[in-house]
Amino acid sequence: MSAVQAAAKPESAQKVLSLYRQLLRQGNQFSAYNFREYARRRTRDAFRENKNVEDPRRVQELVQKGLEQLQMLKRQTIISQFYQLDRLVVEGGISGKDQAGHGETVRQKDTG
Amino acid sequence: MANIAPSVLRQASRLASRSSVSAAPRRGVPVLSRAAPAAARGPCKRCYVTQSKSDNAQVQTDTAIRLDRAELEKAGATLEVKNGSTTHVSPMADVLKQAVKLDEGQRPIYLDMQATTPVDPRVLDAMLPYYTGVFGNPHSRTHAYGWESERAVEQAREHIAKLIGADPKEIIFTSGATESNNMSIKGVARFFGRSGKKKHIITSQTEHKCVLDSCRNLQDEGYEVTYLPVNNNGLIDLDKLRAAIRPETALVSIMAVNNEIGVIQPLAEIGKICREHKVFFHTDAAQAVGKIPLDVNAMNVDLMSISSHKIYGPKGIGACYVRRRPRVRLEPLISGGGQERGLRSGTLAPALVVGFGEACRIAAEEMEYDHKRVKALSDRLLNGLLSMEHTNQNGDPNHFYPGCVNVSFAYVEGESLLMALKDIALSSGSACTSASLEPSYVLRALGNSDENAHSSIRFGIGRFTTEAEIDYVLKAVKERVGFLRELSPLWELVQEGVDLNTIEWTQH
Repeated sequence: MSAVQAAAKPESAQKVLSLYRQLLRQGNQFSAYNFREYARRRTRDAFRENKNVEDPRRVQELVQKGLEQLQMLKRQTIISQFYQLDRLVVEGGISGKDQAGHGETVRQKDTG
Repeated sequence: MANIAPSVLRQASRLASRSSVSAAPRRGVPVLSRAAPAAARGPCKRCYVTQSKSDNAQVQTDTAIRLDRAELEKAGATLEVKNGSTTHVSPMADVLKQAVKLDEGQRPIYLDMQATTPVDPRVLDAMLPYYTGVFGNPHSRTHAYGWESERAVEQAREHIAKLIGADPKEIIFTSGATESNNMSIKGVARFFGRSGKKKHIITSQTEHKCVLDSCRNLQDEGYEVTYLPVNNNGLIDLDKLRAAIRPETALVSIMAVNNEIGVIQPLAEIGKICREHKVFFHTDAAQAVGKIPLDVNAMNVDLMSISSHKIYGPKGIGACYVRRRPRVRLEPLISGGGQERGLRSGTLAPALVVGFGEACRIAAEEMEYDHKRVKALSDRLLNGLLSMEHTNQNGDPNHFYPGCVNVSFAYVEGESLLMALKDIALSSGSACTSASLEPSYVLRALGNSDENAHSSIRFGIGRFTTEAEIDYVLKAVKERVGFLRELSPLWELVQEGVDLNTIEWTQH
């Protein structure tokens, strides 16, 4: 979930920007609130941290790492969507699935 | 707790002996017979930590109560209408009667990172291949299935060793920090105690229960154990440690970060003292590894217990660092095929080991980032909580891991606050003791009163905690502490300016 940045050459800058966008979009697919928020925050912070990197080799390295993280995100977000749990209380909540009746336990759905 | 029960026993036996001498001639048999069972019970029942009987745990976890003001007023109103002139019982009872589960199936916020942490998706991603395809036994030397598992295991070992500045060969995989602690303490004590010379162990009163219980077991085997007291801030006194070391001391065991109050012990200084006196130094670093920088060589640590599930790894695996130069010799707890240098036989679980290794790698990489983040959230939480009146932080405010915030709310019962905060997953102390309602022995060791220890709550902040959650928690705690205090007659007295210590309570 960490990554990269650079803006040495225009085409590389575009590539990096595209990676950034992809990471953010993919991270947003986590069904678990904490992981979703972390993915977004970590991606953003990692790109900001490395925004002044000029060395093309280092940029290449970081892009490579970002791509690996993107692959990982793709797999893990899918898994996350298979096993959905209720939403957290901080998430606004009404959209939380599965209402508990009185004296019932709330079960996660076994769809997916 | 460690220091109370023995004193209780001592008192009981003193009482028994005194009454059998002085009171017996006067009052004869009845007193004797009454005192005798107490004395007889003393030695046979080991209870330096009070046992939690199953019926002590009366918290109904499945009935969450909503403490809304409106709800309470409604409850009070209905009761009055129904009963007319009957006396009004405690308003709390009405609320409890109306207890409903939280609607909408909402999951509580998780703020108990000292108990365990969620598995990081990156860790799970590294583990999955070893659950789906790579299933070889890492100890199989005759085929490729074994080799690939072994390679993964050795790589994980390297990651773990790197995190604590050790050599990969010094890492022994165990089932968790509890096993590591048992292995280190009992192993060293038994190995060096065999000759009959080194039969003394030093530990502190605020250790985790598995350390205290291992020591208690050794005491039964004839070893001597010194339980060092701690200062009010939770740190041990180095002079007392130095004074406690004897020629026959085999091992000093002090934890790195306390699991309840989060204080960081001065490991480097302790290590230096131990090295000077040629005593082995074991540290339980389950709560410290991956969160604060540790270096076994710089700190002169000889044995270290590490847990995977406290650093976003899978549960069921841990490790024990055992120094090779100068060599620490242990007697293994588990005998068998001689895996892990013969110290911990049994087939390793490659998936868990890989997950643990990956968790360590990530922890090393992200330590600075995570620490900054946790510190910011912790400051936010602590400032918010301490801005409320009659609250105070437990433990040293300067030497603590910011991810563990332990706060006392005076005039509020901790357990009822936990009940009221059903939408937040919190704990009043370690998970091992959370089934019983007894106050935490760690807080008692700090010299806190029973009331104070009862009203303490631990907040654990981790990698995945968000600002929104902290704000929610602050709001919820403020609201409900205020609410519970208003129910409390003590709080009324305090508001009127009565000093509670001046009140003479009568029993009836």
